[in-house]
Amino acid sequence: MAQHNSYFAFTRLRAQFIKEVLSILRDPRSRMVVFAPPLLQLLVFAFAATLEVRNVDIAVHNQDTGRWSYELITRLDRADFITRVYRVTDSQELRDLIDQGKVIAALDIQPDFSRAIAAGDNGRIQVLIDGRRSNSGQITASYLSTIAAEVGAEANAGTGPTTPAAVRNWFNPNLTYRWFIVPGLSGILAFFSALLITSLSIARERELGTFDQLLVSPTSTPEIIVSKSLPALVIGTMLGLLMMAAAAGPFQIPFNGSFGLLFVSLVLFILSVVGIGLMISAISATQQQAILGAFAIGVPAVLMSGFATPVENMPTMLQWLAQAIPLTHFLIIVEGSFLKAMSPGDILASLWPLALIALVSLTMATIFVRGRLQ
Amino acid sequence: MPGKPPARTSKAVDVASGSTTSDPLRDTDSEVAVVIDGVSKHFGSVHALQSLNAHIRYGCLTGLVGPDGAGKTTLMRILTGLLAPNSGQATVAGFDVVDDNDAIHVATGYMPQRFGLYEDLSVMENMRLYAQLRGMDADRNADLFAELLDFTRLAPFTERLAGKLSGGMKQKLGLACALMARPAVLLLDEPGVGVDPVSRQDLWRMVQALTDEGMAVVWSTAYLDEAERCDSVLLLNEGQLAYDGPPGELTARLTNRSFRLEQVGDQRRAVLAEALDLESVSDGVIQGAGVRMVLRADTGSEQITALAGRVDAQLRAVPARFEDAFIDLLGGGPGGTSALAEGLSPVELASDVAVSCRDLTKRFGDFTATDNVSFEVRKGEIFGLLGPNGAGKSTTFKMLCGLLKPTSGEAQVVGLDLRRATGAAKGQLGYMAQKFSLYGLLSVRQNLEFSAGVYGLKGAARQARIEEMIDIFGLQPWLSAAPDSLPLGYKQRLALACAVMHRPPVLFLDEPTSGVDPITRREFWTHINGLARKGVTVMVTTHFMDEAEYCDRVAMLYRARLIALDTPDALKRGAVSDHQPDPTMEDAFIHLVEAEDLADEARSGATV
Repeated sequence: MAQHNSYFAFTRLRAQFIKEVLSILRDPRSRMVVFAPPLLQLLVFAFAATLEVRNVDIAVHNQDTGRWSYELITRLDRADFITRVYRVTDSQELRDLIDQGKVIAALDIQPDFSRAIAAGDNGRIQVLIDGRRSNSGQITASYLSTIAAEVGAEANAGTGPTTPAAVRNWFNPNLTYRWFIVPGLSGILAFFSALLITSLSIARERELGTFDQLLVSPTSTPEIIVSKSLPALVIGTMLGLLMMAAAAGPFQIPFNGSFGLLFVSLVLFILSVVGIGLMISAISATQQQAILGAFAIGVPAVLMSGFATPVENMPTMLQWLAQAIPLTHFLIIVEGSFLKAMSPGDILASLWPLALIALVSLTMATIFVRGRLQ
Repeated sequence: MPGKPPARTSKAVDVASGSTTSDPLRDTDSEVAVVIDGVSKHFGSVHALQSLNAHIRYGCLTGLVGPDGAGKTTLMRILTGLLAPNSGQATVAGFDVVDDNDAIHVATGYMPQRFGLYEDLSVMENMRLYAQLRGMDADRNADLFAELLDFTRLAPFTERLAGKLSGGMKQKLGLACALMARPAVLLLDEPGVGVDPVSRQDLWRMVQALTDEGMAVVWSTAYLDEAERCDSVLLLNEGQLAYDGPPGELTARLTNRSFRLEQVGDQRRAVLAEALDLESVSDGVIQGAGVRMVLRADTGSEQITALAGRVDAQLRAVPARFEDAFIDLLGGGPGGTSALAEGLSPVELASDVAVSCRDLTKRFGDFTATDNVSFEVRKGEIFGLLGPNGAGKSTTFKMLCGLLKPTSGEAQVVGLDLRRATGAAKGQLGYMAQKFSLYGLLSVRQNLEFSAGVYGLKGAARQARIEEMIDIFGLQPWLSAAPDSLPLGYKQRLALACAVMHRPPVLFLDEPTSGVDPITRREFWTHINGLARKGVTVMVTTHFMDEAEYCDRVAMLYRARLIALDTPDALKRGAVSDHQPDPTMEDAFIHLVEAEDLADEARSGATV
């Protein structure tokens, strides 16, 4: 029975692997947690979560009767992002509409607007923005100033050529928001699935009392870690691949990078998440604690990963911390692979931190499991 | 329907005469506190209670007795108006439990299994809170409080937080709170669980005083020995009423059927196995060095007399116990041959000491769970760790098998510290955790396969061993079922199968029989006895004092300390006194604990 002495014995490992897979697949709750939400979220987030401004209403108080205010309002009427333009007759009504949240922005056009433009001067418009919706408000304001600039350019066409800067957006020419969000989502959702599966795994056994049973058996701690990592790794990777396929297929997001490298990155990414999940699980006494722990770690990790706000905007300290989050590195790779043909060199620059995090977190998980024997 | 006031005059029930107190014709309205009429309750497809009919009288301690899952708690909750029966009716103190639900809460005092105390409030604050919940003015009831505190002997502890009380004191405080409104009917759900034997004595004394005042008290319990102390017993089994009447009447049916072979000595396990396989013996257990047997109805004692002659032991008639009667009611215990042990070859161990520990101590913060415990367990011995909940049994046990790191001292199994041991050493150990830790999401067969795999069994040997376990433990019909859906007895069998599949020379069993009915417990011990005869060393913790009788030696733990270590017979002999000529293990335990407490007091001076 020489194999009993080794750290890894195939028989024991196989028995535990089967047990883990069955535990995940036979538990209707964990099936729900693992499979339904990620796919649902992919659809919800892809269609609902957008930073673009669409379907807004605005109000106009036009005190001018000249040609240029007419021109401006016509353009507003035709603008895609505006659903409805309220025309009001006094500034009090304008304020009320903003107060009630019916419009996000209101334009107050002064009586001398057209006259000033005709005189070669600058026409002035007061724009009121609903600051309670600061982000959308700012974007609306920038859309509005683009329209105003177009009117201005036309007004000045006769007097002299002012060529506005022509902007070209690389990789995402129309700045389609979905192109940016869907590849990132595939990373985030695979992240949460793998985190939840692993953080529940040891805690579930502890709750049942079977973990003690496992610890007194001949199985070694590395075996426990490996047998708990593998199913989560397989499921997390499959989910990631599925969502990437959805991105490239139904969502028609151009995939320009190397699939092989992206696959390797995905596996390393999930492995590092599995390590973090097992660490959480090793210190939780119940499944409830484990779920709370997973969210306490997972939500800040997503917020700091650069998915919503650029990492460069954060204080230096937090930027360092962000480097320890596997999602930060994986987002760079997955977004790069989809929209631009990221070079292997660039991918490797984000790949080795993933490998390092995976190594550290899995080692820590092993130590934590051993530490529970105190 | 006006409620009859409880009869405050003492109405003693004559148990000893075995009179016909269970005869419904004798029930007069003034005596009947609770009427249960055709009550059924099911949860989904589980029938918790099946058309139950019974009466409970004032001034009478009624035991609601049965193994776990028999329906005791369900009945309690129906009587307190917390559950509505699916069919049938129940009245308590004259109020219908469904229609007069509000009146029920006034007329009854209920003490649930889990105390129902606020652990962050002091003893006094808990009592005031319960008084206020009952709509009583706490300030005007100082007399009542003083009386209750005096009654429960909690007066010195009024400022202590309820969470810091011992299990016994918690139960007494729970009782004080339940008695607050002077209920006509008092319902106690397993008050004896988690309470050390000394506090349990105290509870009995208090309940006796209450019934003497005319209160109807219902005491539910899974311990059959507690039933003998009740005036009347409702014996439940699988939701059905198996017996209703004074316990003495039931045991009287077994007059002249209980015998004990005295001083059988080392061969007692073999003798028990032989006795159980006799046609005329319906039940048997080991009692220290002796073997206790119960004969089937209408059989003579010829076979066991012959057996006594063969093993050269003296056969003595002994009084019947309530447990004997219960087993007899269910058609007798299992046979004595363990198929599990039959297939086992004798165990060889390098050393004669299988398990040992020296100065073992474990502290959690400033709480000492195990204090300086040392002992050695020889190969082939059944060694019991005995003590009330919280005495440090499980902590000691976990340190021995390497699940906890001792604060100081050392623990060894087959000469190795299991915390640092290799897989090979751990393979020498079989472990059955408390509450039968099985994988609930895996089927029965998958659980067996997992255990086989994790202990490194492969290929044909693995299949053969799994089939053997299925065969021995009769698991065939349950193979694809989830362990949680199994009856408790089968769950225990499966857990034992998983623990012994790799044929370990040392077996650790943590509370292996808690909550299991007496017949399954006997079957379990048949296997354990068989294994011990083949040389398997068995470490077992239990809070069933009578199970300690199966052990070769017993270590008694009390307040983290080892207070005694000896054979069951020697421990019992130490407790022999004039009024206790034949003490039970529980008596022995109480005797030791009282001696220990006295010694403690002497050590700490004369302060209270």
